[in-house]
Amino acid sequence: MKILVCIKQVPDMESKFKIADDATWYDSKDLAWRMNEYDEYAVEQAVQLRTQVEDSDLTVLCIGPQRVQETMKKALAMGCDRGVHIDDDNSFQKDPFEIASMIAEFAKDKSFDMIFTGMQSQDRGSAQVGLMAGEMLSLPSISTVVDFTFEDGKVTAKRELEGGIKAKVSCSAPALVTCQLGLNTPRYPTLPNIMKAKRKELLTLSVADLLKVDSTQETTKIYFPEKRSGGLVLEGAAGDLADKLIQILKENTGVLA
Amino acid sequence: MKALLVAENRDGKLLASSYELVAFAQQLGADSSMFLVGSENALPQYDGTLYLADSGKHSEYNPAVHKQLLLEVIAKEQPDLVVFSHSSYGWDLAPRVAVALGAAQVSEVVEVVEGAMVVPTCNAKLRRQINVKTGKTVVSLQSGAFCLSEDPSGTPIVEKIDTETASQIVFEGYEEAEAGGVDLSKAEVIVSAGRGIGKPENMPIIEGLAKALKGEYGASRPVVDSDWVDHGRQVGSTGQTVSPKLYVACGISGAIQHLAGMKKSEYIVAINTDKDAPIGEIADVLIVADLKEFVPLMTAKLLA
Repeated sequence: MKILVCIKQVPDMESKFKIADDATWYDSKDLAWRMNEYDEYAVEQAVQLRTQVEDSDLTVLCIGPQRVQETMKKALAMGCDRGVHIDDDNSFQKDPFEIASMIAEFAKDKSFDMIFTGMQSQDRGSAQVGLMAGEMLSLPSISTVVDFTFEDGKVTAKRELEGGIKAKVSCSAPALVTCQLGLNTPRYPTLPNIMKAKRKELLTLSVADLLKVDSTQETTKIYFPEKRSGGLVLEGAAGDLADKLIQILKENTGVLA
Repeated sequence: MKALLVAENRDGKLLASSYELVAFAQQLGADSSMFLVGSENALPQYDGTLYLADSGKHSEYNPAVHKQLLLEVIAKEQPDLVVFSHSSYGWDLAPRVAVALGAAQVSEVVEVVEGAMVVPTCNAKLRRQINVKTGKTVVSLQSGAFCLSEDPSGTPIVEKIDTETASQIVFEGYEEAEAGGVDLSKAEVIVSAGRGIGKPENMPIIEGLAKALKGEYGASRPVVDSDWVDHGRQVGSTGQTVSPKLYVACGISGAIQHLAGMKKSEYIVAINTDKDAPIGEIADVLIVADLKEFVPLMTAKLLA
């Protein structure tokens, strides 16, 4: 079976973000880059399915500048067979509709039996791309999946709803699922597999070949939210901080009475 | 401006978040109508037209069928905005509708500033203003971002809708949350661990402080997903919603899903090495410190 997993490279969310000069995006300098956390679960599930179904072939696709190939190599080391890099220095300005349309344009004549994506990215967090790509390809798609099984061409998945409730949903392949955190335990690539990944096929495509739609929206301004006033920020030696906090709790809460 | 509000039903009940859509339309001064796949036994308190499809026939979750029902109403109403909650229902249905309409979708709107939608970015560390280029816009609203100032009231004019669309997706039913968890909603003090604890071996530090404060310990989602703490102690939108007298967030950055579960706590203390962590926005006190050093010291002083 043919499987596609779509991943994104995002900044480490613990990074100190700075605003870029034109104030429409964050400054991409001095950031550590990694695989979008949701996509790690997508890659893991795709690799598990590839192992489960004989004669499978798993492609990992990523859109972004040259540096995303480092993240793609991790996916290859986790067990993807080949990579497709859509080389785009301006991917950060593309909206979810454009990104999804590029994925759909790439996938439309490839007869993938299953497509996996993350449920959302950690930076934009729009939760749109996977589902939009599914719609553009006229595939049944199931989002926010925390449990996935595949048997005889049938997908059974559990969607995570609010309050810990899950919805059990099924459909036939070909299908697309978007993966939620906790779906599985993403593997760490082993050293031999990291070495092997270096020899795997990594095809580069250009945006011009795949982007056939106009953008629907743009970011006009990016900024840090205003801090709520009144909150106290305490810094200093841990022992002093503990004394101060105990005093504050005595004065402001009833719990140390 | 016209807005179509997509209300939400769960297990036969109207979700209260549906009224946040009404508040949003009011704030924008938009004329609104409402769409619901639900039942006549659980109608919203709403003055306006309600397009109602039967969840008995169309189920509470079936994206292809709900999309078709919604597209027919959109064709008739021609709204400028189609408004969803940014929930497991809304974020699933909204992109499908956006693609069908060729419309921009703006996800998780937290406010509208001078006509521009504002959304969180990078785990809520940043915010973005969006300029939409399409005639129609699909939006989803962050849970709790828009609230009615008064209790909802009114009686809808119900217009029933139906479709015979086939679907490739089958909804097979709900699975209840795992039982056997600790009922954190009754605790007066909760000390919660986040990703910042680093490794499971550090959990006793958190449990120790909870004990010293005569409270319970909880955890954020990443800690539960890593199997360091049972799901039964998860605080947040997919776990428990709590409002203790004191909530101590240890190494929790403050993702919206976590904040949704604890922001109503009476007093919030956050311990974090990152001064800019979003948890600082709602904390009464932010202690900038390494929890592995600070928490044991704090516990020792409390027990002294």
